[in-house]
Amino acid sequence: MSGHSTYNPTSGFGKWMDARLPLARLMHDSFVSYPVPRNLNAFYTFGGILMIMLVSQIITGIVIAMHYVPDANVAFESVHLLRRDVSYGGTLQSWHAVGASLFFFAVYIHIFRGLYYGSYKAPREILWILGVVIFLLMMATAFMGYVLPWGQMSFWGAQVITGFFSAIPLVGETVREYLLGGYSVGNATLNRFFSLHYLLPFMIAGIVILHVWALHVTGQTNPTGVEVKSKQDVIPFTPYATVKDALALVVFMIIMAYFVFYMPDYLGHADNYIPANSNVTPAHIVPEWYFLPFYAILRAVDFNIGIPFTEIVLIDSKLGGVLAMFGSIAILFLVPWLDTSSVRSSNYRPTYKVFFWLFVVNSIFLGYLGSRPAAGIWIPLMKGSTFLYFAHFLLVMPLLGFFEKPLPRPASITDAVLGKDGKETAAAPVAAE
Amino acid sequence: MKSTFIKIAAVATLACTFAVGSVSAADYPKKKPREQSWSFSGPLGKFDKGQLQRGLQVYTEVCSACHSLNLLSYRNLADLGYSDDQIKNYAAEYEVQDGPNDDGEMFERPARPADRFKGPYANDKEAAAANNGALPPDFSLLAKARAPERGFPTFIFDIFTMYAENGPDYIHSLLTGYQDPPEGTEVGDGLHYNPYFAAGEALAMGPPLSDELVDYTDGSPMTVEQYSKDVTAFMAWAADPQLEERKQRGFIVILFLLVFAGLLYFTKKKVWSDLSH
Repeated sequence: MSGHSTYNPTSGFGKWMDARLPLARLMHDSFVSYPVPRNLNAFYTFGGILMIMLVSQIITGIVIAMHYVPDANVAFESVHLLRRDVSYGGTLQSWHAVGASLFFFAVYIHIFRGLYYGSYKAPREILWILGVVIFLLMMATAFMGYVLPWGQMSFWGAQVITGFFSAIPLVGETVREYLLGGYSVGNATLNRFFSLHYLLPFMIAGIVILHVWALHVTGQTNPTGVEVKSKQDVIPFTPYATVKDALALVVFMIIMAYFVFYMPDYLGHADNYIPANSNVTPAHIVPEWYFLPFYAILRAVDFNIGIPFTEIVLIDSKLGGVLAMFGSIAILFLVPWLDTSSVRSSNYRPTYKVFFWLFVVNSIFLGYLGSRPAAGIWIPLMKGSTFLYFAHFLLVMPLLGFFEKPLPRPASITDAVLGKDGKETAAAPVAAE
Repeated sequence: MKSTFIKIAAVATLACTFAVGSVSAADYPKKKPREQSWSFSGPLGKFDKGQLQRGLQVYTEVCSACHSLNLLSYRNLADLGYSDDQIKNYAAEYEVQDGPNDDGEMFERPARPADRFKGPYANDKEAAAANNGALPPDFSLLAKARAPERGFPTFIFDIFTMYAENGPDYIHSLLTGYQDPPEGTEVGDGLHYNPYFAAGEALAMGPPLSDELVDYTDGSPMTVEQYSKDVTAFMAWAADPQLEERKQRGFIVILFLLVFAGLLYFTKKKVWSDLSH
């Protein structure tokens, strides 16, 4: 895909610079002449949206950090004084908090799009793995960011999540103490979380660069799943993808603005408007919505795993839950090798397509279960739903490749497009290769 | 593909509904908050200044005996339509500690508009001790902090109806919801039965309002219902003083984005018109 560059500096300064640091050439090749498949649909715009979301979170975050005080005694108040007394402070704080939610909303669509169109299959395994690393870093960043306002849910969420680490055999308690900077969640925890919350987004930005680099080496997938074969299959990034991504971004921003300005508290939890209090436990400790599916998986394991007919416990329920939860994310790393089908796009996999949508619905249902207390009918539902989650990766993906009879695929992207429309309407501009 | 998806979604929805119906009996509150119409709801919602002033009066004469308002300063009362002098006079009613002075001593002086609202107690311990161990919560954010979950599927519709007043609805329902416990329900010593209370069936605070308790001068009805609505609106303002500004700003931002999206849509159409895809 990455052929020779078509960048042609015209000005004297452009030529001088190009001979020394060809930054303009890199940008031109990456975002102007870069060839993209001509048949990408709206789901392919979320990569661009996510990049802008990252930038938006970093910019709002840096300004908020100018007003925020990472001290357990005043952190809560400093956030609310920012909202009340700083010009545009309320908008800024909501934009950052709602932004985190919508960042996850966009990343989930991006991940599901990748799963549907087989974007993880060779030669894009590294591209996919880098994406999962970004997802993990996002989760760590979001969790630590949620602790900073030092409300009740911040405090107790930190209590629960750092508790996961104490489940690790032998070293668990030590790891947890290092994480907390003490024996319990306190000022030291808040300080180090603030520091890490500032650091991690820049690590994400670094991995995003690798992610985009890997993407530009292999090229994008497309809804047909057929690789780019000729110049007719692709169009230049600018203006085609640029204007389309811009439109998608603005539509996305309308949704975001709706929440920021009209329902700023909808995506959060009311208890976080109560200052952290180590003596009062909230009735239900629940994470933000985007962690709920994983929270359900964590609590689905309420049994010890041991050697049958003996009293020996190999994995107690706490460790089991933590393993299941981390496993539900770690399994994404293996997806390129778990899927045995040679067909990339689910459009041509009639059986897998059904399982894919089942998986989507099950994931949303897991999210709902995550918001319910671990009691009564919810526990068996959590177990069943968790089983379906893992079954999709460990049973459906490996086995379906052998049994499924895929539909016939088009010979090329151009074939697929022209077959649908009949004929080319005009001479398409040819992308550089 | 679509029909498969719809079927799956329908089954999942049914499963959810069934599951929700079968548990939730033991959960509080026993009664869902009564939904009120508030002047500050909706995309162009605004506070009713007269109502906020009455709410301040109820807070000052009744609630402030136990509840603090720590995040607000007297100067914030300008939002309610008071003049600088009126705010100065209101603040001067309270004595606050200042210092140390040049002799190194702390001293009392009348509060100024820049001071925070003076609370009824010196600290949380004293507040709890004076109230049988139950700490009266601070009012600054209470209208946001007391917002019971709406449950499935209501919380989905709320996005489209722009419902964000669950806090005020809850507070108003609680204030007007005191009643005798039903037969067979034993309420603990010093507790008061209220089916709208989110954390149990009874709470430590007794019914704080009664008819004719506060003298309104603007002719508004002097009833528990009216007092409660007014003080709830005041609390909604206290929790979100930027509400009007935020909604007006949102209206402009979204209008701009809609126009921008429209222009981009036609630009995209034009750019893509020369190739089939």
